[in-house]
Amino acid sequence: MTPEGVAPTAATSTLELDDVSKSFGASPALREVSFRLERGEFLTLLGPSGSGKTTMLRVIAGFLKPDRGAVRLHGRDVSDLPPYRRNIGMVFQDYALFPHMTVAANVGFPLEARGIHGQRRKAMVKSMLAMVGLESFGHRFPHQLSGGQQQRVALARALVFNPEIVLLDEPLGALDKKLRGAMQLEILRVVKSLRATVISVTHDQEEALVMSDRIAIFSEGTLVQIGSPRQLYERPNTEFVADFIGESNLLRGQISANGTQRAIVADCWKAEMPPSFSDLHNFSSGSSVVLAVRPENIAVRPLAGDGEMPELRPNVCRAVVRDKIYLGVEFRLMAALPNDAIVQVRSRDLKGMDRFVRGSTIELSWKPEDAVVLRG
Amino acid sequence: MIRSPLARVAFGAVVVAIAAFLLLPTIIIFPISFSAASDASQFPPATYSLKWYESVLLDPAWQSATITSFKTSCLTVIFSVVLGTSAALALFRSHFAGKAAVQALLLSPLVTPVIVLAIGMFMVFSSWRLVGTLVGLVAANTVLSIPFVVASVTATLHTLNPNLEFASAGLGAGPWRTFWRVTLPLIFPGVMAGAIFAFIASWDEVVVAIFLTTPSLRTLPVLIWSGVRGEISPAVAAVGSILIMISAIGMIAVYLITKGGSR
Repeated sequence: MTPEGVAPTAATSTLELDDVSKSFGASPALREVSFRLERGEFLTLLGPSGSGKTTMLRVIAGFLKPDRGAVRLHGRDVSDLPPYRRNIGMVFQDYALFPHMTVAANVGFPLEARGIHGQRRKAMVKSMLAMVGLESFGHRFPHQLSGGQQQRVALARALVFNPEIVLLDEPLGALDKKLRGAMQLEILRVVKSLRATVISVTHDQEEALVMSDRIAIFSEGTLVQIGSPRQLYERPNTEFVADFIGESNLLRGQISANGTQRAIVADCWKAEMPPSFSDLHNFSSGSSVVLAVRPENIAVRPLAGDGEMPELRPNVCRAVVRDKIYLGVEFRLMAALPNDAIVQVRSRDLKGMDRFVRGSTIELSWKPEDAVVLRG
Repeated sequence: MIRSPLARVAFGAVVVAIAAFLLLPTIIIFPISFSAASDASQFPPATYSLKWYESVLLDPAWQSATITSFKTSCLTVIFSVVLGTSAALALFRSHFAGKAAVQALLLSPLVTPVIVLAIGMFMVFSSWRLVGTLVGLVAANTVLSIPFVVASVTATLHTLNPNLEFASAGLGAGPWRTFWRVTLPLIFPGVMAGAIFAFIASWDEVVVAIFLTTPSLRTLPVLIWSGVRGEISPAVAAVGSILIMISAIGMIAVYLITKGGSR
């Protein structure tokens, strides 16, 4: 399918969203969302409920019309095109299998709608069902299948016509936790072997990390950050992302400039960064910032004596253990700073952690490169 | 719910009494229709025969009334199902100011006194020269039957997963294909139930029909009505039995269809 009038620059993008906004009555559901999707990519829209991710999916599918902005497929604006002219496959959260049709008829339905009949349709349905491991289930009805099998039928139906994009709306939401892990890999195997371009919606960050090439984080209708799972985890651009993907200790302080050397200062700790560190140059002296450090990036050491630290050393901080939780593979420490801020530490050094009990005075430290500076 | 045996027996007795009260007047016409006597005053009949059925089935007046009733009912079913289903779908999907008013208007024949409707239709249809025509009968019965179709189709639409129509559109099916391949098969039990109710309603309808029929074009209930005004002949009981059987078959069909649909 080569739509007319494709701009060369947009030729590599399968999908392009340009400042898409959508409101329901007075409440905005999407605010000026823009991103591009490359062919063969697996993008996950991640966010809490009500963040606009499902609205985004429905706008792309064509079930909702954006108030402003453009949705482009291969450079062609499809904002005014009804869903049945967009060639986009969708898997619904409840699968939406047609209950009065057999599995084969369900999978054959999009082919039927495209005028593909007879042996050709049969062969395509058969090979698609084989792809999802259901070749002998063609004559069954949806209600005769388990949840996981229904999910695969829905996936087969959304992929069989080789759509431009496949949309997955909380595809694993209805499955129990054990099955979910297996289905994540199963879906990934199928869509990757078909080189399908996928947009999935979820509120499960683990699912997003496992499946996605890139993740788009939504909050209150805004696309907050888009990037690879690793980028989002290691370089979150806001407090929201730092806290939403994994866990973060968010420590508040002020920028203090001293020549080329810049530091972040709080009442009971200071963080220094090497001059090459670009994060800091975006902030002027005195502006308030948040230092985000992952719990697994904080090292713990016992503090001898009465626990008084004479001077403030960079990237080190005194604390008192409030709680220690054993989680099998790791310990989790909740430690209180002198200013009563709680810092979470995770450590797999189970032997080393035995030294600390509730009330122990400890020294926390982190490497400057593991910390991320965010606008406060 | 009911524990003591005495209470259970009492409850059973009340149920039987209510059922008897509702059904006996109807059931009583069956033995009368098989009576060998020449009038219906004798009950239970001393001797039985099929002669009243024979006379009804061979009488040209009953024959033509049966044909008129059957034509009227079938055409009424077609029009009320098409119009009622369309109206139910349109009302279910759209949201506009005055939707409730349109809904109430469509269902109003159910609560308007039939005699009022009959007089109104008679006056309007007279000026349109539709009195005594099949067209007039079908038009009147369609108005009376549409509420049944709207109500039963709307009820099934509420049980329909709205994602199914989205899924169909997303898979490339236009509105027409989505209707025929997805929506209609899934609301079919409701459409069928509406159709059967429409058939029974127009099959039994007598008040409006009395106004709109003429001696040359009469429906079965009108002929029964004119039959019982003079004397109660067992022939009328025979016709009544046939009507009841047809209605009962319809009700059983509705039960089976809705039961199958809810499975």
